[in-house]
Amino acid sequence: MRLADDRGPGHALPILTGHASSGRLERVLRAGSFAITAELEPPDSADPEEVYRRARVFDGWVDALNATDGSGANCHMSSLAVCALLTRAGYSPVMQISCRDRNRIAIQGDILGGAAMGVCTMLCLTGDGVQAGDHPQAKPVFDLDCMSLLQIGRGMRDEHRFQSGRKLSAAPRVFFGAAANPFGLPFEWHAERLARKVAAGAQFVQTQYCYDVPRLREFLARVEGLGLLGKVFILVGLGPLRSARAGEWLRRNVPGIHIPDAVLERLAGARDQAAEGRKVCIDIIQEVREIQGVSGIHLMAYRQEDAVPEIIERSGALGGRVPWHPGLDRGAPTHEDSADPAPAAASSAAPSRPS
Amino acid sequence: MHAMRRWSVRHARGLEVFYARFERVLVALHPLWKAIGYERLERPVAAIERVVKGLLFDCRMCGQCVLGATGMSCPMNCPKHLRNGPCGGVRADGHCEVQPEMRCVWVEAYAGSQRMVAGRDAIKVVQIAVDWRLEGRSSWLKVARDQGGRARGTRAGPAP
Repeated sequence: MRLADDRGPGHALPILTGHASSGRLERVLRAGSFAITAELEPPDSADPEEVYRRARVFDGWVDALNATDGSGANCHMSSLAVCALLTRAGYSPVMQISCRDRNRIAIQGDILGGAAMGVCTMLCLTGDGVQAGDHPQAKPVFDLDCMSLLQIGRGMRDEHRFQSGRKLSAAPRVFFGAAANPFGLPFEWHAERLARKVAAGAQFVQTQYCYDVPRLREFLARVEGLGLLGKVFILVGLGPLRSARAGEWLRRNVPGIHIPDAVLERLAGARDQAAEGRKVCIDIIQEVREIQGVSGIHLMAYRQEDAVPEIIERSGALGGRVPWHPGLDRGAPTHEDSADPAPAAASSAAPSRPS
Repeated sequence: MHAMRRWSVRHARGLEVFYARFERVLVALHPLWKAIGYERLERPVAAIERVVKGLLFDCRMCGQCVLGATGMSCPMNCPKHLRNGPCGGVRADGHCEVQPEMRCVWVEAYAGSQRMVAGRDAIKVVQIAVDWRLEGRSSWLKVARDQGGRARGTRAGPAP
């Protein structure tokens, strides 16, 4: 699906009225399409080709790729660098920003730098504690938390200022998101916490892994009760479980992940557990797609990225839509062939326009 | 001390009432503090505050106390320094993901806030980023100076 005003990689799309960014994810969401994002596992490598190889798996299946920021407190290529490579090739990344490793000086610099390189979507996270990762001896920073980070990011975009008050000459045009855990404890407080994130500046959220749809519905009912449904796009986090044992390990060792016994029993009873895990994922996609208030899904298929296209295809979640990707336009007319110069003018005027 | 910290959360309502009175006195005495000199008072008052609040809340002396908005559970004891918690990693038993032997500071905060009057709504407010320049300084004097310096009679400060 190529947009009419698209001039290809390296050129920002015009910012539409009512949009915060020129990003494709925001466009898809605001157009009311069921959006799909996926997590790209950053390589433990300095080879850019490894990033591109991992991105190409999702070509034509997802609207944006999440570049994780030391997820699980493990060391990998930085999210800023992954995003730089991805935007260079024309991909739409979601730059994850964690508060664990950098203070407000570094983070605000990265927001500007990311936006300058064409990153239109950023996800503000507190981050896992260092004890969870491969460098438990590291110093945890946590100068900000996800909410103060959202506030600062929004201030940079809307008020054109650093937290210090110092003026920016061009504001970062960013669609800001956050994480939500509908299955976290204490259960009754997480909808409330989402309300605070929205108040702090979150425009979309990607949730923790969902294996329990009734609980998700309960969460969404609370969210609706707080009057949030029209104010934030909710993308439900999903991932295929490789086996019942893997699921058991996950729920025992990763705090905040909730997997009902029925799901693990279903996996344990299957002959091919990995295939059944994908089937569970597809079933949940089809179920959440019908829930009012769910704007899309976020696939975190850790070490099973190759299975993502099959899962999306079999779920029918895209409804025939083909998300844009850099390869899509090969052979298609370039922007020089286009007779209409209007998008170029709109694009150059866009960066200074306040939202 | 963990047990004392939890006692304070259980008695969040009483502490809220006590602090509201204490704060009125603090602010009313603004002219006196000003006459003595806030900077001269800073070290002795901060030392008293450290002992009292250290005992009651395991206070970390962030210098910008928000206990009134966190159910009398000090958010600086959260290993992630979350001023807007809880994170998504609270364990099934209500304990911390980073320090499994400790009850989650924010699970406690919500429990405490439900016992309070103003604190019940105050916990829903988004807290801004910590100003680390204030670390080690007295929150009490800051409240007296900020509120006493402003128009008299304004009361808002959630902060033992």
